Amino acid sequence: METFFVFALNGLSYGLLLFMLSSGLTLIFSMMGVLNFAHTSFYMLGAYFAYALTGSIGFFPALIAAPLLVGALGAAFERYCVRKVHPYGHVPELLITFGLSYVVLEVVRLIWGPANVDYRVPEALSGSLFTLANVQGQGLSWFAGAGDAAICAAVGNSCTQFPLYRGFMALVALAMLVALWLLLTRTRIGLIIQAALTHPEMTQSLGHNVPRVMMGVFGGGCALAGLAGVIGGNAFVTEPNMAASVGAIIFVVVVVGGMGSLAGAFLASILIGLIQTFAVVIDVSPLTVMAQLGSPVEYGHWAYPILKISVSQMAPILPYLLLVLILIFRPKGLLGTREE
Amino acid sequence: MTDKMYTFRPVNVGRIVLWTLFALVLLVAPKVFTSSLSMTMLTQMGIAIIACLSYNMLLGQGGMLSFGHAVYSGLGSFAAIHVLNKVADGAWSVPISLLPLVGGLAGLLVAALLGALTTKKSGTIFAMITLGIGELVFSMSLMLPEFFGGEGGIASNRVVGEPFLGITFGPETEVYYLIAVYTFVCTVLMFAFTHTPLGRMLNAVRDNPERVEFIGYDTQRVRYFAFMIAGFFAGIAGGLYTINFEIVTAEVVGAHRSGAYLLFTFLGGALFFFGPIIGAVMMVLATVLLSEMTKAWLLYLGIFFLVMVMYAPGGVSGLIMMNLRLAAYGMLRRLWTSYLALGGALLVVLAAVGVIVEMIYHIKLNEAMGPEMTFMGATINTHGVDAWVGATFLLITGVGLFELVRRQFVHQWGQIQEDIEAENLRQQLH
Repeated sequence: METFFVFALNGLSYGLLLFMLSSGLTLIFSMMGVLNFAHTSFYMLGAYFAYALTGSIGFFPALIAAPLLVGALGAAFERYCVRKVHPYGHVPELLITFGLSYVVLEVVRLIWGPANVDYRVPEALSGSLFTLANVQGQGLSWFAGAGDAAICAAVGNSCTQFPLYRGFMALVALAMLVALWLLLTRTRIGLIIQAALTHPEMTQSLGHNVPRVMMGVFGGGCALAGLAGVIGGNAFVTEPNMAASVGAIIFVVVVVGGMGSLAGAFLASILIGLIQTFAVVIDVSPLTVMAQLGSPVEYGHWAYPILKISVSQMAPILPYLLLVLILIFRPKGLLGTREE
Repeated sequence: MTDKMYTFRPVNVGRIVLWTLFALVLLVAPKVFTSSLSMTMLTQMGIAIIACLSYNMLLGQGGMLSFGHAVYSGLGSFAAIHVLNKVADGAWSVPISLLPLVGGLAGLLVAALLGALTTKKSGTIFAMITLGIGELVFSMSLMLPEFFGGEGGIASNRVVGEPFLGITFGPETEVYYLIAVYTFVCTVLMFAFTHTPLGRMLNAVRDNPERVEFIGYDTQRVRYFAFMIAGFFAGIAGGLYTINFEIVTAEVVGAHRSGAYLLFTFLGGALFFFGPIIGAVMMVLATVLLSEMTKAWLLYLGIFFLVMVMYAPGGVSGLIMMNLRLAAYGMLRRLWTSYLALGGALLVVLAAVGVIVEMIYHIKLNEAMGPEMTFMGATINTHGVDAWVGATFLLITGVGLFELVRRQFVHQWGQIQEDIEAENLRQQLH
């Protein structure tokens, strides 16, 4: 029971990280129609910048500085590259971000090497936030911090700890979510962004510099990806493959949630975060189920190789299976409104 | 009275000449380039030409940007190698020369299955879905080692069965000619496809899907059929891959290969039918030669791709056709001095960028081998200030020169286009 609870929280924090990535992608897509293939490259840059900056200025200043740097790079890329191909249509825009993902990958490999770098959770945030203990005869109880070692060590008791850094990740993601929502709905800038989203010509006629707004949105989306990289890079691994490994999943999130829908992206992120976290620990395969039902499949059977795959082994493909199911049963996505 | 239709169709001499030339090049190439390295490259080029042309059926002709084309060529490879192993065991009897068709059928089947999902959408959403499907297949290939062979892949031997007319497909030359025949036939078939009603509708779906729907066509079905045909030809390329390499690993369905198809098809030029052929040749040159020459080849490739997307969205074939147009009006000779200057400035820039990137790579990767490195035959001390100052100076000079010449060139180019317009107008008036 206590493991279930902690896993749910882990899944939630992973889902929130996915949402930080997919929200930037969705914003850029719904505003400019540009599918930023290099979005997770900016995520990777965020992690590496934070790694480089942590050494000189410390983790918390880097938490601010690295996303700003990534955002500036993103804005410059929009200004000098994406805008140049804008007249040719959306496919060249996608292609230019695709080309950028190659260049960023190679530059990162050149500067920081092909292996993973030692980007660690800061001292102040390591350790556990709270501990859930299943004490015999008393049921579930909750301790702050690492919990009482004596209780956990006792026979019949079991403890599961929730890392402090996971809590911090979720907190940053939620804070960012609220800030983004406030920015878009409660400020003048948000109003102009929303107007430029639906009526770019009219907004232009009213005297707003729509290309600059777009540059800002692109840079902002990239900064969000950079922030996700700063807090995700040390929670997972900071290596040159991190962009590619999370990139496909982000695209799945956006399609499953519904193109251009922020709420849909949120729902899909949490869903996929939970699915991936829980799938890893479910060690059940069709083979074991059938054996328990009384009709075991023997080794020589043709379907044996397929049936022996357990849910935990299937974990990497579950998001893509979800994508296939969504495409069959609800092609516009969970909360999507556009039918294309 | 019966109506008699007299139609006059002139023989398209140019086309016949071009196809004959293509066949001749395929025929003569191994006689000109005889080393074993060039033979491997030529066979790979043949395979890449089929794969890139089939990819361009989606990208260029259908406007479908796919990030998962390697799925169809790769699964074609796997189907072919399993059949090849069955033949080797004596269980089945399939001539080796027909093995690519087995791959093609596998590609067709997989495309029929997965295409039903992916072609539901178009544009950027199609691109995202193909990426997801590609990842799905690649992850599955690691989960099912029984079919995909796990890390080591599946190996086989192509010299099986009775030799037909003394052809065993043991020597590389025989494999080359098998691939050459397939390349020629597939290229002809894919060119013919562009002239079928389906091929024409595919172009219409790319350009204006809404209008196609109004006329009464189902755009999704047109895309679906084209997707299946592209899958078939990709599968043929996969089958040839099996015969050529005799080993298939999971990376043939991976995202890297799909990305390479997209990259090089675009570099060759998606707007013209022959563009992907140039792209395929570039692909083999880059992956075999360039990757041997420098460790930074992916960086050069990425930068080259970025520059091409920004300044020449028609790819290499687009550049060729633009200059052919000028040549047709006899105005190319007005530009040759500019081209010479552009080329010279570009060489300076390339040399400067190359030397800087190589110095950085040398410091990062080959530090143990000392500060000396060789670049284009010259020995450079990467720790010396003079090398860095010299390279930076070269870069600044090159960029400055290039910008100067470029302005001149753009001006000239605009002038020539105006002259051509005027010429056209004059001809219409007369």
